[in-house]
Amino acid sequence: MKINFVLNHKPIELDVNPTRRLLDVLREDLHLTGTKEGCGEGECGACTVLVDDKPYNSCLTPVLNVQDKEVLTIEGFREMKEYRIIADAFADMGGSQCGFCTPGMILVSYALLKNNPHPTDEEIRFALSGNICRCTGYQAIVNAVKVASEKGVKL
Amino acid sequence: MIPKYLTSVKKVDNEEKMAGLALFTDDIQVEGAYFAVTLRSEKAHAKILDIKVPTLPKDYYFISAKDIPGENVCNIIVDDWPVFADKETNYIGESIGLVVGPDKEKCLDLLNEFEVTYEELEPVFEMKDSYVHKEFTKGNVDLFKSSAKVFSESFETGYQEQAYLEPQGMLVYFDKDDGRLTVKASMQCPFYIHKAIMRVLNWPEEKIKVIQPAVGGAFGGKEHYPSLMGAQLATAINKIHHPIKMIFDRKEDVPFTTKRHPSKTDISAYLDDKNNLIGLKIHVNIDGGAYIGCSMVVLSRALIAATNTYTFENVEIIGDAYHTNKVPSAAFRGFGSPQSIFAMELFINHLADYLGVDRFVFKNKYHVKTGDVTSTSGIFRDEIVLDKIIEKAKKMSDFDRKFKEYSKPNSNRGIGISTFLHGCGFTGSGESTIINAQLKIKKDKNDIVTFYTSQVDFGQGNRTTLKRIVVDTLGIPEDHVIYDAPDTSKTLSTGPTAASRTIIIVGGLAAKAAQHLKDIWVSGKEQEIVEPYVGPSYIKWDEDKMQGDAYPGYAWGANVVEVSFDPVTYQVKVEHTWSVYDVGHAIDERIVIGQADGGLAQALGWSYLEKEEAVDGRFMQKKFSDYIVPTSMDLPEMETALIDNPFKYGAFGAKGAGELTFVGGAPAFALAFEQAIKKPVHKIPLTPELIMELVKDED
Ligand code: FES
Ligand code: FES
Repeated sequence: MKINFVLNHKPIELDVNPTRRLLDVLREDLHLTGTKEGCGEGECGACTVLVDDKPYNSCLTPVLNVQDKEVLTIEGFREMKEYRIIADAFADMGGSQCGFCTPGMILVSYALLKNNPHPTDEEIRFALSGNICRCTGYQAIVNAVKVASEKGVKL
Repeated sequence: MIPKYLTSVKKVDNEEKMAGLALFTDDIQVEGAYFAVTLRSEKAHAKILDIKVPTLPKDYYFISAKDIPGENVCNIIVDDWPVFADKETNYIGESIGLVVGPDKEKCLDLLNEFEVTYEELEPVFEMKDSYVHKEFTKGNVDLFKSSAKVFSESFETGYQEQAYLEPQGMLVYFDKDDGRLTVKASMQCPFYIHKAIMRVLNWPEEKIKVIQPAVGGAFGGKEHYPSLMGAQLATAINKIHHPIKMIFDRKEDVPFTTKRHPSKTDISAYLDDKNNLIGLKIHVNIDGGAYIGCSMVVLSRALIAATNTYTFENVEIIGDAYHTNKVPSAAFRGFGSPQSIFAMELFINHLADYLGVDRFVFKNKYHVKTGDVTSTSGIFRDEIVLDKIIEKAKKMSDFDRKFKEYSKPNSNRGIGISTFLHGCGFTGSGESTIINAQLKIKKDKNDIVTFYTSQVDFGQGNRTTLKRIVVDTLGIPEDHVIYDAPDTSKTLSTGPTAASRTIIIVGGLAAKAAQHLKDIWVSGKEQEIVEPYVGPSYIKWDEDKMQGDAYPGYAWGANVVEVSFDPVTYQVKVEHTWSVYDVGHAIDERIVIGQADGGLAQALGWSYLEKEEAVDGRFMQKKFSDYIVPTSMDLPEMETALIDNPFKYGAFGAKGAGELTFVGGAPAFALAFEQAIKKPVHKIPLTPELIMELVKDED
């Protein structure tokens, strides 16, 4: 079946089985390996992509569900100016250790700040709560989001 | 001389990891690679009578013990873990064979068609068959017989899953250029895998190479298990001569790979008729699972750490690791010491309560001081600043005021403080007798320096810190130094990435090698140095008797945890933590604080969220929806301070920091929780069920 959507700002048409996981289509067919599989059951957020600016677990999303929508993966986001602000904040605060959760964390942080440019600590922790990080204990990531917020991702 | 390290540097792998460019094992594409899935034992203890292999389509293979040209043994420390179970199986989930073929789904379907015939044998699930026993004493333990009173308690801790976010995975192929069997895997110890393959294939060293890609966390869980996977995949590729990838599903990784040892520790305090403490007897029991693997070393560390930050004149220390028909327990951050230190920290507070004396005055009386004799009759040589650490932690947390306030009835709040230590490096003389690290550093005609280590950076930041050490010793620009991830065909072994040895041992070695290169530096000339590790001469250790200096140095710390408790829902919430560490001189503060937060987060998870329960040898929690890893909502704001106390023998004064930060979290949490519910705690994880039992228990 033909599926059309916008991937990383470019329209794309794929001829795929519509029930396949978006995660597999991204990683296997399109070689976009910045999106990771940590659990395959919607619990860890390593597979996070943004669909119409909202975080989605691509491991639970059949590719059919993104028909006519806009999908942003880390490969697309890293070309945007907002990426630089968030990535620099992560680097300064030590928000990435092993890096396996990092693309997902960065996308979730972006989705949060886009919606809510000046979140409280609690709002940050809530926004990150679908993404597991086993390395940092989250403090550094929370700090990174705060720094990115101060630098004004929205601008 | 080192203040420039007080500022952190940009991590060398930061950008590639944030941008999603770093290639983890499953991200590496090898044209046409086959997939491997594992046929696992369904029985906890049984003879394997027959394996009925279904008819396999073209290009599909079954690989088992029969295909092993060398020894069917996974090279760990003790040779008891087979690569593939052959005649007998000893735990549910043990590998019997691999199904390999072009399509993963097809391989999984084929797995269901296998029929294995077993003859069941009596399994053992309780800790009753000890396979490693150790004991040692300090002072005069005969005096215990003359005691007037004995105060005894028992403490238990549960399994813990490492839950690295990247599951175990491995890729094998023959390199077209050099013909070597090449392994890329999520790992901690490239040379462990290399040796395991040499043994199973009976091949010489030079036919194999192990290269580290990006690794998504490990925490001990990728210290030994990848050796087993390597031996299995090597057997397979040796037979079919085709690239193979094996990536574990979380549902396979959680129930079938190694865990933290569950433990039970009994402690007795012997008192005279005036309530003076004569001495302690400590018995640490750990559940080693089906194969010993590295349990004897875990047990050693648990025993050496058992007196924690206290010096007692007379101590008897006993330890047993038990064989059970469950998944083998192995390395996990702390390596045995979190279990025994949990017990000791609670016990010493409970003992003070029993004696009716002030806890802090009582503990202070026994706190280790420089020059004290360790429980193994070695000497604490480093400058110990425990007083400063405690004072600072208490001040940061406003401890004294809160402690008083929360002691009141129905406060439903509590604050606890733990102190702890961690011996850095391999136990005893292991660094000079077993590991024998050697580090190669060379320079080309353009004065570009390259050095090699076998240390894996799975998030700890050691690639950055080790490079920093060399760059600053040589005093040359950063881009004149090349330091790549390990490749066993290029690097000499600087030992495993374990035991908090990377900075204290390998960092020290790198600094020395760089200094020697600097001493002979001739611009425009190719030069090379191979630097062998030479341990401090004071280290004398007898592993059989467990006597002598156990570690070259110790790192120290204190954790304060504040919790609140909801008496209606039995929910406990961690409100805040404050930590102070002495890791010698922290070369990169940001990296060390990252270790501090991450270690404490895992310890808090172990304390109250992470429950892994084996029923009849089968783990009940198999994935992240039932094995609960803390999220950002479960963890509080963490504040951390470092005390600068440069260590004479470490690189730029640094000691180890990776494991230390795990050790004190559980006792600090438990002490806080005790205060909130006004009941003593003897067991973790403090799940809502356990809490309910505690609260309802009227005495
Ligand atoms: S892989 Fe999708 S949530 Fe874990
Ligand atoms: S940095 Fe390793 S899981 Fe987050």
